[in-house]
Amino acid sequence: MAPPALLLAVFFVLPMLIMASFSFRLGTFAPERYVFTTEHYWDFISRTSFHRLLLRSIGVAFITAGASIVLAYPLAHFLVFRAGRMQLTLLSLLIIPAWTSYLLRILAWKVILGSNGLLNSFLLQAGLIQEGSARLLYSPSAVVVTLVYVWIPFVALPIFAALQRIDGSVLEAAADLGCPAWQTFLRVIFPLSLPGVAAGFLFVFIPTLGEWVTPALVGGARGVMYGNLIQDQFVRALNWPMGSVMSLVMLALMLVQLALFSRVVRLSDLAAV
Amino acid sequence: MEFAAELRAVCKVYASGRQPQGAVTAVTDLDLSIRQGEFFTLLGPSGCGKTTTLRMIAGFESPSSGELLIQGQSMNAVPPNKRPVNTVFQNYALFPHLTVMQNVAFGLEVARVPRAERDRRAAEALELVRLPDLGDRKPAQLSGGQQQRVALARALVNRPALLLLDEPLGALDLKLRKEMQVELKSLQRRVGITFVYVTHDQEEALTMSDRIAVMNHGRLLQMGDPVSIYEQPATCFVADFIGETNFLQAVVLAADGTQVRLRAAGCELLVPQSGQQLSGGQAVTVALRPEKLALQSSPGTKGGGLTGFVQELVFIGTDTRYVVRLETGEMVTVRVQNAGQGSSNSWRSGDPVQVHWEQQCARILTA
Amino acid sequence: MQRRDVLSPGFLYFVMLTLFLYAPIVVLVVFSFNDSRTLVFPLRGFTLRWYGELAGARELLAAVVNSVVLGLMSSVVATGLGTAAAIGIARHNFPGRRFFLAVSAMPMVIPYVVLGVALLILFSWWGVPLSLWTVGVAHVVINVPYAMLIVASRLAGFDKNLEEAAMDLGETYWGTLRRITLPICAPAMLSAFLSSFTTSFDEFAVSFFLIGTEATLPVYLYSQLRFPSRLPLVVALASIIMVVSILLVTLAEWLRNSTLHLSRQGSA
Repeated sequence: MAPPALLLAVFFVLPMLIMASFSFRLGTFAPERYVFTTEHYWDFISRTSFHRLLLRSIGVAFITAGASIVLAYPLAHFLVFRAGRMQLTLLSLLIIPAWTSYLLRILAWKVILGSNGLLNSFLLQAGLIQEGSARLLYSPSAVVVTLVYVWIPFVALPIFAALQRIDGSVLEAAADLGCPAWQTFLRVIFPLSLPGVAAGFLFVFIPTLGEWVTPALVGGARGVMYGNLIQDQFVRALNWPMGSVMSLVMLALMLVQLALFSRVVRLSDLAAV
Repeated sequence: MEFAAELRAVCKVYASGRQPQGAVTAVTDLDLSIRQGEFFTLLGPSGCGKTTTLRMIAGFESPSSGELLIQGQSMNAVPPNKRPVNTVFQNYALFPHLTVMQNVAFGLEVARVPRAERDRRAAEALELVRLPDLGDRKPAQLSGGQQQRVALARALVNRPALLLLDEPLGALDLKLRKEMQVELKSLQRRVGITFVYVTHDQEEALTMSDRIAVMNHGRLLQMGDPVSIYEQPATCFVADFIGETNFLQAVVLAADGTQVRLRAAGCELLVPQSGQQLSGGQAVTVALRPEKLALQSSPGTKGGGLTGFVQELVFIGTDTRYVVRLETGEMVTVRVQNAGQGSSNSWRSGDPVQVHWEQQCARILTA
Repeated sequence: MQRRDVLSPGFLYFVMLTLFLYAPIVVLVVFSFNDSRTLVFPLRGFTLRWYGELAGARELLAAVVNSVVLGLMSSVVATGLGTAAAIGIARHNFPGRRFFLAVSAMPMVIPYVVLGVALLILFSWWGVPLSLWTVGVAHVVINVPYAMLIVASRLAGFDKNLEEAAMDLGETYWGTLRRITLPICAPAMLSAFLSSFTTSFDEFAVSFFLIGTEATLPVYLYSQLRFPSRLPLVVALASIIMVVSILLVTLAEWLRNSTLHLSRQGSA
């Protein structure tokens, strides 16, 4: 027991604590590193641009999570109730692309969505547009599309697991009591799958809120997210204390979210095991 | 060395929850002496402490207080792998990644028994449980009954001082269970190893055991051979748990050394003494086994019985069960054997009847 | 699946989404054989040039080697620690068990950017120079919870009695661990290892903050995305990696499914 606990204490809990203490420092390097101040908190509170970006990121995360669930739910439902003996094979088929390089798949999307890309060429040839445009790329919607694409399999898995747990006799009972198929879905299947839906939501919402790589690659100036702001504080602005404040704000949001969901979500669903 | 295992004033308390009053007492002041070579059964409803007791003997739980001896040696501080006992687990706990043969040879391998002897003994053990040809299979390829036999062979092959069996037949269907009961008993006779058997099934206990210990709420209620447990239950719980019993509330009128005169269901009855100290006016319970009762149309010629009406009757093949409503409102069940052909001695619902029994068949219970 | 289901809406939807998921991969592989430096349509003709040039791309190959070594090492550590944690959680009852479980699952639900910068501050605080080692630490932290849950769910499928049975037959605690618990865990450990490896091999959001002078493959790729002239090489490499990882993952999935099958039998 001791070694994993030690690892988590030193490389997970401790860094969070040090980051918290860093948020009260004046600057990144000595000697400012050793000056105590709450200035960055006040600064954060007064910067409305930060708040706007945070709200927009929350919005993007919501839309991404919602869209992923809407698109993934029918997949999971099909696999559990209709796929029969093909179930495991089809499930694997679904998961496999998720394990290939994320950066490269984003690169592929750039190729597809780019101004000379697949989609534009298709639209041009079909005569739907006059000239290739980069509007498809470098926008918040490009970020959403790319992320939804990345997350669908990961959302399908917990929903699949939740649906799989439903005892078949419950469905037979519903039918026996005269429930038509769509009502069985609304009254029995869907409520029972909610833990999986909630897990899928968290699984998407949290990393999307903290996402910085996808916006940097396909978001352009209009698609910047809160995570990019944090990254910028650490890499370009080199204002680590400010970055720590922003990270803590995000951490607090996550903990609230987790607390709200902790009653419905199973840990093992999150890991999709 | 007279006893295979002894428990002296053993208690087991689980500290559960954060508050101190959350502690759960599983076993209280248990004294047991298990004789060498006997088939000993711990019998009781679920949660009575019987499995905890077995796990303490095996070493998976340690007593909170009291002493545990196996073959005269104190075992309190000895871990399970150093104890001369082996267990047949409720769900068999066969190692899924090993073959049947490897499962059976496991204990011998641990004990560094030489290869040749190990193989020979494992094969013998499989033969003993009548599975000589399945050594190469994996447990998942066996039926429930076969898995059960493998578990038995795996434990027996080590020739333990005590074999502990935790409801080993619970997962089998009724017919197979009956067969295995007989087989287990004869196996125990042949190998001569002391068996400690845990079950909640009273019929199973009566069928197989040399002696039975009845437990409830962590306490030992009665210990004895099947006949004495059945015929002379010490408490209402034992009488009710083992077999079927009618209870009548009664008041002692007078008692001497051999007989007690008491009043029950509006009649005066004579019941043999069963060793308790009784005094006039004391409230007691009279226990009557349904199969020891007889019915007679009333008004009958013989006196001394209880009178009432047939409230309900159920035909169950070998006999008929009559539920008789007495004048006081109490119900008594009577089993009448289907000895004759047809309905020579049958009553119908609503018939007035008298309930009789031989005097020594009634038993007074004070607890 | 019955024949009439082949044309069911559910199945058609499944096929469409699967195509959607595989499309980018197919696009990349197609472009890796396209005879043009720019990744634009229309296609120019077939070539193996990019695959040929790969052999000479030293930085790229160095990054691949770094990623493989990093992935192997961090996954071995993560699987070992995750297995230890899983056995602890599934088979022992110790004070603070629930707290430990909660904390150990936290890295799964912390945004990577936060984990990355927090570790960056930690190493800067200690004066530890950034390198592949610091990235490796992060990858272990990321992967331990997953490894733990994968192994724990396998263990949960087996009766606790198994270990007791081994002890009952005279085996010691460590002997039981070696001869019963670990063999039972083995398929899950392999699956945890593969899952850790693919995660580590692909991880960029955290690595970016902790990387020193030697790049991992994702870090190198990210730096190359700004130089369109080098993209065809990247795409060729990407195709190879994708095909290899698809093979690996197929193997892992197959293992996991056969594992599920076994554990169901074992718990019967």
